[in-house]
Amino acid sequence: MSKDFTVHLKYWRQNGPDAKGFFEERTLNTVNEHMSFLEMLDVLNEELQLEGKEPVEFDYDCREGICGCCNLVINGQAHGPKGGTPTCQVHMYNYKDGDTIVIEPPRAAAFPVIKDLVVDRSAFDRIIEAGGYVSVKTGSAEEANTHPVEKHKSDTAFDYATCIGCGACVAACPNASASLFTGAKIAHLGLMPQGEVERSKRVVAMVDQMEAEGFGDCSNFGECEAVCPQEISISAIAEMRKDYVKAVFS
Amino acid sequence: MPSFIKALKSQVGRKYVTGITGVFLMLFLIGHLGGNLTIFAGVHTFNNYTHHLENLGPLLYVIELVLAFLFIYHAVLGISIARNRKKARPESYNVYKTKGGPSHQTLASRSMAITGVIILVFLVIHIWQFKFGFGEELARYTHEGVDLPQLRARVIEAFTNPVSAFGYAFVLAMIILHLSHGFWSAFTSLGMKHGETSKKVQAAAYVFAIVLMLGFMFIPLYIFFTGGDGSLISY
Repeated sequence: MSKDFTVHLKYWRQNGPDAKGFFEERTLNTVNEHMSFLEMLDVLNEELQLEGKEPVEFDYDCREGICGCCNLVINGQAHGPKGGTPTCQVHMYNYKDGDTIVIEPPRAAAFPVIKDLVVDRSAFDRIIEAGGYVSVKTGSAEEANTHPVEKHKSDTAFDYATCIGCGACVAACPNASASLFTGAKIAHLGLMPQGEVERSKRVVAMVDQMEAEGFGDCSNFGECEAVCPQEISISAIAEMRKDYVKAVFS
Repeated sequence: MPSFIKALKSQVGRKYVTGITGVFLMLFLIGHLGGNLTIFAGVHTFNNYTHHLENLGPLLYVIELVLAFLFIYHAVLGISIARNRKKARPESYNVYKTKGGPSHQTLASRSMAITGVIILVFLVIHIWQFKFGFGEELARYTHEGVDLPQLRARVIEAFTNPVSAFGYAFVLAMIILHLSHGFWSAFTSLGMKHGETSKKVQAAAYVFAIVLMLGFMFIPLYIFFTGGDGSLISY
């Protein structure tokens, strides 16, 4: 039998994008080690609601590590203490009795707070709209192996394609740069024959949009790779830079 | 496609230029150290080396202009990247911690802007001190019929002063910090992938920064601790 334990929470509250935010503190005495981090927040909200108080808003959808909605900054680390893990897959056994847990939203000018811990990540959508797609009509599915793709290329493209757009890269980057997200999308599409045709146009449009959204510069801190729940390598950023230079000189 | 100027101003372009100017500045440092170490190669060698530089005439001005351009461009980009940081994250975190692992977030990478500004300020003082002698004209002498500048004496005199000697040692330590991230970062900016090679480049960065700067640091500290009269200096 697992025992309940106590954690002290310090979480961000903010009524809207322009409202002044503040930290609220509360001690939870009925945290179980088997709870996920989000279930612990459910317990918090249950307590708040029973007292007639407004629950804390936080983002989530699938709760099984697929969707990328649950991007919280926990004790100063995007998605909490574990590498390669989104917030929803962080379990409370990572904490011990009496721990203080500080929960903040991802902080970036391009990710305005909607309420409490929920931020508007539509800047990412606009980067995708700028060029993160294949507009070449490829017709119906062809015979397999008509267009052989080298194994390492398809594997690398797949690694980049696993990006779930959670925004942890932006949250953790000291510069709030979106280079890993943008680079992963550019590299994923550019490495495959269907996407290669628009490679130059794509990289320029997406880099322009990334900058227009107000994300910061990349300073090669590599923190984005460390917090990415999909463990996407910053080699994606190298691909983006290479494509950009090719586009300028083509 | 973007114009070349627009590309230079883009986030990707800025990073490329920071990397390229950084690589050239590192190459300059290697040459600079080579020249400096001639101070230990006999009484007249260093002054002869200075004399040869003087004799380059207009070419020396071109080299100086290119170097100034590289330094200023590199610094302006670095400062603008650091300033954008505040714009991109107006509200900072209450608690912030690196996750480690593949992260290159270290004291060196976090303090690039600060060490960079220290180097920039140092550079002004350094040029003012040795090129312009704080406004004092450089003494000259004739050796084997050649008119030589007495720069070696100026250097030895400067570093017998503890403020100069330890001030230089401090700034050189800051340069070690700057290069230990800058070397790896430059190659990453220029398209190096994050993998096994990248780890070797990071190791090379530490070796490069430490060996180079110990080379530079040896001069002021040796002169200071031997009172400008050590066996390597006084023959």
